[in-house]
Amino acid sequence: MTAQKENNVAIECRGITKRFGSVVANDKINLTVRKGEILALLGENGSGKTTLMNMLSGIYHPDEGSILVDGREVTINSPTDATKLGIGMIHQHFKLVEVFSAMENIVLGTRETLQKPKEMKARIEELSARFGLEIDPQEKIYNMSVSEKQTVEILKVLYRGAKILILDEPTAVLTPQETEKLFEILRRMKSEGNAVIIITHKLNEVLSISDRVTILRKGRSIETVVTSESDVHSLTELMVGRPVELSIDRPPVENRSEILKVVNLSIRKPDGALALNDVSFTINRGEILGIAGVAGSGQKELCEGLVGLLSVEKGAILYDKENIVGKTPAEIIDLGISMSFIPEDRLGMGLVAGMGMVENMLLKSYRSKKGPFVKTQPAREQAQRLIKRLEIVTPGVDTPVRMMSGGNVQKVLLGREIESSPNVLITAYPVRGLDINSSYTVYELLNEQKKKNVAVIYVGEDLDVLLELCDRIMVLCHGKITGIVDADKVTKDEIGLMMTGEQLQSESETEGEN
Amino acid sequence: MSMIIKFIVASIASGTPILFGTLGEICHEKVGHLNLGVEGIMSIGAVAGFMVGYRTDSFVLALIAAFIGGALASLLYALLTVTFMANQNVTGLTLTIFGVGLANFIGYYALQHSENGTLKLPENITAQMRNVSIPGLSNIPVLGELLFSYTPFVYIGIITALLLGYYYKRTKTGLNVRAIGENPAAADAAGIKVTKCKYLNICLGGGICGIGGAYTIMIINKGVWISDCVGGLGWIAVALVIFATWSPVKAILGSFVFGALRQIRYYMPNSIGISTAIYDMLPYAITLLVLVVTSVRMVREKSQPAACGTNYFREDR
Ligand SMILES: Nc1ncnc2c1ncn2[C@@H]1O[C@H](COP(=O)(O)OP(=O)(O)O)[C@@H](O)[C@H]1O
Ligand SMILES: [Mg+2]
Repeated sequence: MTAQKENNVAIECRGITKRFGSVVANDKINLTVRKGEILALLGENGSGKTTLMNMLSGIYHPDEGSILVDGREVTINSPTDATKLGIGMIHQHFKLVEVFSAMENIVLGTRETLQKPKEMKARIEELSARFGLEIDPQEKIYNMSVSEKQTVEILKVLYRGAKILILDEPTAVLTPQETEKLFEILRRMKSEGNAVIIITHKLNEVLSISDRVTILRKGRSIETVVTSESDVHSLTELMVGRPVELSIDRPPVENRSEILKVVNLSIRKPDGALALNDVSFTINRGEILGIAGVAGSGQKELCEGLVGLLSVEKGAILYDKENIVGKTPAEIIDLGISMSFIPEDRLGMGLVAGMGMVENMLLKSYRSKKGPFVKTQPAREQAQRLIKRLEIVTPGVDTPVRMMSGGNVQKVLLGREIESSPNVLITAYPVRGLDINSSYTVYELLNEQKKKNVAVIYVGEDLDVLLELCDRIMVLCHGKITGIVDADKVTKDEIGLMMTGEQLQSESETEGEN
Repeated sequence: MSMIIKFIVASIASGTPILFGTLGEICHEKVGHLNLGVEGIMSIGAVAGFMVGYRTDSFVLALIAAFIGGALASLLYALLTVTFMANQNVTGLTLTIFGVGLANFIGYYALQHSENGTLKLPENITAQMRNVSIPGLSNIPVLGELLFSYTPFVYIGIITALLLGYYYKRTKTGLNVRAIGENPAAADAAGIKVTKCKYLNICLGGGICGIGGAYTIMIINKGVWISDCVGGLGWIAVALVIFATWSPVKAILGSFVFGALRQIRYYMPNSIGISTAIYDMLPYAITLLVLVVTSVRMVREKSQPAACGTNYFREDR
């Protein structure tokens, strides 16, 4: 029995420790993955999941501890070593060469020469068919959507014959449909006897895909549980270390008074395509308006159009009855409209990576002060306040934000916008990649703003959250509005349908058309 | 007619040192390292080639020395930027100052110790580096002059460019190199030996620059040592990389255009009466123009390797 079990272990970590300067990212971590199993790795932002996986894939080298593959102790000094051991990793930030084709990326660094493109193409197509992947091998990476890029990453590791597949937050950037497709692929890998390690913050995904869950907290492996014996609450409690309330408040909207009215708005993308097509809606003070839609349906352009970053082709944006189309971003900020956008790659956008929190705060606030000099003291206090409020983990207010973990960077971005006490707060994907605890902190923050009579526009991906948090939900599809509905009178399925372009039945009836 | 042919022939010759510099810089940038030290590397190549030629009386040894001199200069650059992660711009600029200074210093020292106060390459070498004439071919009217009447440098330069073009486009190593220049983290994760590959290509680039340096002293200055022999050609070479859109083959054409700009003054009728200062300025003015135009419209594949200018450290985030 024990002998058979031994044989069954694909990879094992024993007492792995990794330090970055004074930060102990991994502290004596133990982890076992079996063949033909999907193991979920769960932990808050900064708990050391990526660091641990990077050691398995040869990016980092552990300071202490040992790694066993197929029961033999191994040293993994480089990604090549990892590949030889059959370990393949799909990184949180894709490692693809943008100007290469999918095929070039897939064969890059392997022994096969480029001389026989036909054979390689055939092999890629065979792999694609086996695992149900769809990709055009000749397509350039920069022309691909995020999920296509991910498919290339998966093909890359499959092509190298990986038996142990590691995925670092693969679903953070996928739509629910794309996620389901990915899971289908993972289940196939599992049924072929491969081991899969997946990192995700979405607990419903953990419950649906994994066989076992290992929980990390502050760099330590806390426990490993069997998925079928756990639920959202037990997992959250293990992860956070204390029971957490998992419901989102929706305080009622007091007196609806309109603050922003968008009339027949059309916006073109920089490349000339129409991103928003004749969009009209209103938003009231003290209300959260959710915006749902498949990625790339015009959400980004809407946000950027509202704050003056993109020029408007046609239509009007009335803020307190005044048309703000044509105003500069600075003027719009002065009016009290503020935006925080978390892009798909979650880097940059609004913060200067090399600067610390204090300086990033100053970037937003210095304009309102007179004179050529900046005062750092208020910004410093502001930063400290945010750290306490939002439980931001950072060595100090002057540590470059680049060094902070993704979730904490997002908190800084959102926190800074809120500190400027806006009247309209536009926030896009604020919980992208955040762990569950931080996500709830963000929801609370937004609700607080709502209670302060701020109009909040929330562009989101998770339909469950949109339904719980928002007062009304506007659905976009290909730059058009397919419905604006009250969140408590609509189902997830109905929203899903609208996202694919179907007008809601009742609505089209009232319009008397279609 | 014969005037035009002469102009073309002169332009091609005059563009050749720039071609070497550009090819060398392309080798650097393809692995993601912007080297502003081309001027200095060429100077070191020049002095190494000259001194070895002076002592050994062998053209081939002189060329090899120029290559090695340039490669060593670039090795220094690689050591600083690849291994010690020094800022590429600062290192490159420093290398220019250092290289030019070192070459002048060695030249000055040798002059002090020469018998008659001048340094000139022996006749044997000057004969070898003169225009090669290929029996039969060089005598064809027009074509013979247009194609087969150059110094060995011209042929070496063109062949190097074609080989490099093939290397980047068609070979597996070339693909690896390009991957490093675009995204070293991706290349690393794919199992490519990033550091080794960077060192090799940077040194190769330095060597090619070095031969360009040898050209300046052997052909332009006719084998007589002078200080500052490269005289700014290294800078034009760096700019020409953009003109050539990082393609070694296009660099051939680009360098001849720049060669023509440097030669045009001798082929203009005197009656036009443009001040020589204008001609001096021409290559630089065109460089500026090219910079503006190319920065406006750029296809992804034809622009600078994406990681160019930033050092790569695996554990960075
Ligand atoms: N390359 C690095 N340099 C310095 N600190 C790092 C580095 N990588 C990770 N860390 C730190 O180690 C801790 C764990 O980070 P990470 O493994 O990315 O967490 P997770 O993936 O669980 O969100 C964090 O505190 C982070 O700031
Ligand atoms: Mg992570």
